[in-house]
Amino acid sequence: MLKIENLKAGIEGVEILKGVNLSVNSGEVHAIMGPNGSGKSTLASVIAGNECYEVGAGSILFEGEDLLDLDPDQRAHKGIFLSFQYPVEIPGISVSNFIKTAITEKRKVLGLEPISAKDLLSKMREKMELLNIKIGYLSRNMNEGFSGGEKKRNEIFQMAMMKPKLAILDETDSGLDIDALRTVANGVTKLKNKDNATIIITHYQRLLDYIIPDFVHVLHDGRIIKSGGKELAHELEEKGYDWITKEADKKWGC
Amino acid sequence: MKQQRLSEDKLLEQVTSTEYKYGFTTKIDSDTIAKGLSEDVVRLISKKKEEPQWMLDYRLKAYHTWLEMEEPDWANVNYSKPDYQEIIYYSAPKQKKKLNSLDDLDPELKKTFDKLGISLNEQKRLSGVAVDIVMDSVSVATSFKSKLAELGIIFCSISEAIKEHPELVKKYLGTVVPARDNFFAALNAAVFSDGSFCYIPKGSKCPMELSTYFRINEAGTGQFERTLLIADEGSYVSYLEGCTAPQRDENQLHAAVVELIAMDNAEIKYSTVQNWYPGDKEGKGGVFNFVTKRGVCHKKAKISWTQVETGSAITWKYPSCILKGDGSIGEFFSVAVTNNLQQADTGTKMIHLGKNSKSTIIAKGICAGKSNGSYRGLVQISKGAKNSRNFSQCDSLLMGDKCGSHTFPYIEVKNSSSKIEHEATTSKIGEDQIFYCNQRGIGTEEAIALIVNGYCKDVLNQLPMEFAVEAQKLLEISLEGSVG
Repeated sequence: MLKIENLKAGIEGVEILKGVNLSVNSGEVHAIMGPNGSGKSTLASVIAGNECYEVGAGSILFEGEDLLDLDPDQRAHKGIFLSFQYPVEIPGISVSNFIKTAITEKRKVLGLEPISAKDLLSKMREKMELLNIKIGYLSRNMNEGFSGGEKKRNEIFQMAMMKPKLAILDETDSGLDIDALRTVANGVTKLKNKDNATIIITHYQRLLDYIIPDFVHVLHDGRIIKSGGKELAHELEEKGYDWITKEADKKWGC
Repeated sequence: MKQQRLSEDKLLEQVTSTEYKYGFTTKIDSDTIAKGLSEDVVRLISKKKEEPQWMLDYRLKAYHTWLEMEEPDWANVNYSKPDYQEIIYYSAPKQKKKLNSLDDLDPELKKTFDKLGISLNEQKRLSGVAVDIVMDSVSVATSFKSKLAELGIIFCSISEAIKEHPELVKKYLGTVVPARDNFFAALNAAVFSDGSFCYIPKGSKCPMELSTYFRINEAGTGQFERTLLIADEGSYVSYLEGCTAPQRDENQLHAAVVELIAMDNAEIKYSTVQNWYPGDKEGKGGVFNFVTKRGVCHKKAKISWTQVETGSAITWKYPSCILKGDGSIGEFFSVAVTNNLQQADTGTKMIHLGKNSKSTIIAKGICAGKSNGSYRGLVQISKGAKNSRNFSQCDSLLMGDKCGSHTFPYIEVKNSSSKIEHEATTSKIGEDQIFYCNQRGIGTEEAIALIVNGYCKDVLNQLPMEFAVEAQKLLEISLEGSVG
C-alpha cells in the first residue's frame, strides 16, 4: 500500500529525514517510535503533504502512485488521514459543519452526490457511540476550547467518519488520560480491517498495550535504525533508546 | 531541493485577482442635468422632482451650510478629493409614463435587475420581500405596496413621501442627521435625488423584510440617496439594503444619509450588504462611499445595524445609535472586507443618554491584498446614562503581509455606574489551519471560505436567511478568486 524509499526532507534548509525506508501493507499496524527530535512528526507531515517541509530526495508511493506529485487535499482524497499531534482551532465552524464539508468535498472529487443530512447524522451517531462522544459536541466549534483529550478524540472521530485507507496517528496518546486512551484505542482497533493500514507514531509504549502493532520501527536522527515485531516496543520500554541509538550513531558517524 | 512549499505570493495573487462581477452598464435614456453644483442646480433638482416649497427651502439651506464646510480628513484613508463641480447631481432613467405594474418596466431595466440576480417577479412570488429599487437616483419600482398599505405601513420612495406624506417627512427629516452634521450629510441634504421612506404605525409588526437595491448606472453621477425610516411605538421592521455599481474608470461618489427613528418599544433591524465597485487592482475607479447612518432609540427601543461591506474604493461609514430613551438598546454587527487597494474606515458610535441603556458592538475586519482597514468606534456614556452597559469586540483577520488593519476605539464615560468592556484580536489565516483543512480533503479555496465564514459567523447570523447566503457568496467572491 505505502512504500517510502530513501526519503530525505527538511525545513528551512535543515535536513531532518535523512533517508527513510518504510513499507506498509494493507491490514497492517506499524508503530514508529523514537526519542524527541528524531523526525517522527516530520515523517507524518511529509506523507500528508505539509508544504512547510521541503522534500530533497526519495519517493512515497501510495498504491503505486507517487504522493509527492499530489497536493495535500488530493492525498486526502486518495485515502490518507493524519491525526494531528496538535489539532488546530477553526473558530466559528462547528464539528458537524466541518465534517460535512470534508465529506462533501471528497464526494465531489469522486463524482458522488452530497450525502444527505439524515444519512450523515446517523453515521455520526454510530461513530460517536463508538468513541463515547456526546451529541452536544457536534455543535461546538472545531477544537475551540477543547481539552487535550477532546481534541484527540475529535481527530479519531473524523478518522472514523472519513474511513481512510491509511491512517497516521501522530502522538495521539499524548494528553490523554487512561480512560480516554482506552476509548480512543478501542475505537482505532474497531476501525481496523484487512483493507486499511495504520501507522502509529508514539513516544511511549503504553498506547501499544491497546493497539497491538504488527511491526515496530525505531526512528533516530532521520533514519529507521531498527525494525522488529511488537516485542521490540517492550524492549524499548525496559531499556530505553540508548542501546540502539549509540550503535546507530557509530554507524552513521554522528 | 524539490520545493513542496506553495509560493505564498502566488497564492495571494490568485486570491486577490477576482474581477468585479457586476461591471456592466445598462443602455437606458437618462434624463441628466449638466455637471456641477450651484444654487440653480439645487433648484433644478427640486423642480424636476416637483417638490413643494418647504423642501426646496430645506435643500437651499443645506446647500449654503455645505458651502461653508470643509471636507473632513481625519479618517485613515488616502484619496484625491472629488471635484464637486465635475459631478452630475441628477440622473433619472427616462420613463415615458408612470408605471402601473412591474410588467410595464423598461425591458433594458428589467435585464439589469436580472443580471443583478433580483428578478422582481420571482422575489414577489417566492421570497415575500418587498423591494424598492433605486437606480441612479429615482425609485423605479416598488412592489408589495398595496399589501403593506392594508397594515397602514408606508413603504415608498422618498420623493413620493414628500408629496404624499409631507407631514411625516417634515416632522422627521433631518432630525437624526441634521444637514449641518457633516460635509457629506450637508451635500446629501442639498442634492439628494431619491431614496426610501418607510413608516410603521403603532403596534404593527411588518410581516416581511423591506428591501432596497441601490445601483449607480450613469457615468459620473453621484448617488445621494436619502432613507428615512420611522418605527412608531411598539412596532417592528426589518430592512435590507443592497448595493452594486457598474465598473468605471473614474471614481463615483456615493454620499447617502440614512435616518432611523425607533419610538418607545419599537425595534428596527437594518441590514446592509454593500458591494459597490471597489476599483481595479491598480486602484483605478471604484466608488467613494461616504455615508452617514444614524438612528435614535426612544424608551426601550432597539436598533440593530448589521453590515457586510465588501465593495467601494473608499468607505467612510459609521452607523450609529443615539440611545436616548431609558432601557434602549443599540447593536452594531459588521464585517468589512478590503482587498487590493481598497481602504475602509468604518465603525460605529453608541451615544448613551438614557438610563440602563445597552449597546453591543461586534466588528470584524478582513484585509487582503494591499488594502487598509480601520475600525473607528465611539462609545459615549453621558452623566445621566446610569447603569448603562457596552460590550465591544473588534477583530481583524489579515491575509498576506501587505495589508494593514487598525483599530481606533474612543471611549468617554461620565458616570461611575456604567460598565464597558472592550475586546480586540488580530489574527492571520494560518498555514496550519489551511493545511489542516487540506488534510481533510478540503481544497485551499474552500478552506479559506470556511475559515472566513467561521470568523464572520457572529455577524452573518444576524442577517436574514436569504441575505446571509448572498453575503457568504459575496465574501467568497471578494476574497477567493481562482485559487487551485
